[in-house]
Amino acid sequence: MSRVLMRALGVVGAAAVLAGLVAVPWVAPYFYIFIATEVVILGLLAASFNLVFGYAGMLSFGHAAFYGVGAYATALVLLHLQWPLIACLAVSAVAGAALALVIGFLSVRLDEVYFAMLTLAFGMMVFGVAYQWRSVTNGSDGIAGFMLTDFAPGVGWVLDDPAVYYHVVLGVVIVAAALLYLICRSSFGQVLRAIAQNPERVAFCGLNVRAYRLAAFTVAGAFAGLAGGLMAPFLRVASPEMLHWSMSAEPVLMAILGGTGYFLGPFVGAALFVLLETWITGFTEAWMLVLGVLLALMVMFFRRGVFGTALAWLTRRTGDRS
Amino acid sequence: MSGFATAALNSLDIGLLLFVIAVGLNIVFGVLNIINFAHGALYMLGAYLAFTLIGLLGLPFWVALVVAPLGVAGLAIVIDRLLLRFIYGREITDSLLLTFALLLIINESTRLIWGSGIHVIDPPALLAGTLTLPGGLRYPVYNLFVIGVGLALLAGLWLLFNRSRIGRIMRAASLDGDMAASLGINTRAVVTGAFALGAWLAAVGGVVAAPMRAIDPGMGDKIIIESFIVVVIGGLGSFPGALIGALALGVIHGFGGRYLPEINLILPFIGMALVLLVKPHGLMGQKTD
Repeated sequence: MSRVLMRALGVVGAAAVLAGLVAVPWVAPYFYIFIATEVVILGLLAASFNLVFGYAGMLSFGHAAFYGVGAYATALVLLHLQWPLIACLAVSAVAGAALALVIGFLSVRLDEVYFAMLTLAFGMMVFGVAYQWRSVTNGSDGIAGFMLTDFAPGVGWVLDDPAVYYHVVLGVVIVAAALLYLICRSSFGQVLRAIAQNPERVAFCGLNVRAYRLAAFTVAGAFAGLAGGLMAPFLRVASPEMLHWSMSAEPVLMAILGGTGYFLGPFVGAALFVLLETWITGFTEAWMLVLGVLLALMVMFFRRGVFGTALAWLTRRTGDRS
Repeated sequence: MSGFATAALNSLDIGLLLFVIAVGLNIVFGVLNIINFAHGALYMLGAYLAFTLIGLLGLPFWVALVVAPLGVAGLAIVIDRLLLRFIYGREITDSLLLTFALLLIINESTRLIWGSGIHVIDPPALLAGTLTLPGGLRYPVYNLFVIGVGLALLAGLWLLFNRSRIGRIMRAASLDGDMAASLGINTRAVVTGAFALGAWLAAVGGVVAAPMRAIDPGMGDKIIIESFIVVVIGGLGSFPGALIGALALGVIHGFGGRYLPEINLILPFIGMALVLLVKPHGLMGQKTD
């Protein structure tokens, strides 16, 4: 099969998936609107994590910090200022980026072992602050009881309707994902990939490796913050659990499940993850145990992920050797 | 003045306990080149096994102090042979991911087996109550015992690594595994042994900590973060670094809790951030890359 035909098939496939996503509220049972909303938001979170992990080669165990801070930002602005949602989301993205800039500044200085330890440690610091700073964050209860505003001034969408909120989320995530894709495809993204493969060599080319890593981490923080900002109105709460390291484990597993070598891998991983979670929590409470076993098995035997393995299988089947 | 002395003793007490745990993390890193994210979970497992032996089976504390860490070390050997061996020689990222998965598995299994409630065990009768120190200061006997255990393990580990054949073999394997193997050293056994030793130290810490602190499913998370702060402050892979980092964190907790209670929670992180800014490889660390 020729390359052109493969690409055409890809475009048709992507269009079909998008059309399917848009049509969820009309064709699927009511319950699946909630599943789909969660998949789309967590897909963005996992994709932002993968900018750091899959592209820049740095394993972060503290990604929930930026997601959670984004959730708190939107919840707090909705509670106290009642700004339109789109302004809340902007605040969330800025909050995520600002926190990532500070944590990243301290964490990208050394190798990936230090990076993994430091992101986990600083992430738990943020969790501790949210848990104990009761006057602002309301402690373990989190921020709840806020009313939803308009999406933008003068836009009369009823965000309380789950189907409408789902379409808003889908629209925002598509725009954000397109932006993230452009970033990954840009020369900036190419440099990140080069750094992941050989940081010394990139440094010898005269590029500031640390600055590139910090930039990637900050950009990822902005998108994670945006994902958190979308999640808070959906869950109607921003709670400390959203900042805990066990939340940081989720984008890690989603990215690995889907495949870290592909832009769409984390989105596929998020869909598999949420469906699996819904199915498994139906008959056992030990979801985290399943998650751990799954992650261990994926790392040991299936490092390319489901999407990656499927793609490799497809290209081999169709004999595309060009 | 007695407040200061109590804070100093508390610092020593917390610091030496942290040293025992963090040095285990360092030994595993030195020999296996793996940061074990499940190290705190193994510490927690030690405490829960002690609770089972003492609280549920009614055995004496001393039996638990011997049996529980050996049990955790045995589990570590199983983990090494069953899981970690798949990722030796792979990218370091894979080992980080695998031990992170292990952390999820052990944490959740603990919750399933023992529930999410808080448990307590009493110190043994011999170590109960307080002792009046010279100068009139009253201090819990058990906390003095913890200081004693910390000092004994510090001395024991120093002798092991500097004065014994096994310790020299471990250090050789950590410096250059291939060279050690070609000199006839069974490096596989050394690697498994080092992982078991690290787990044993974590579990000893857990058993010793159990009568002082509450046993709950979050205790492992707290201690792994503390251990990371210790090795970052002291320098990853450095034995004296683990001691200095642990004592520094002990002082931060011992004095910070007394004099700066409002920001007590983030003080350790501020300390770590300062060290990272001034000496990125830690106070005793060497630049290896």
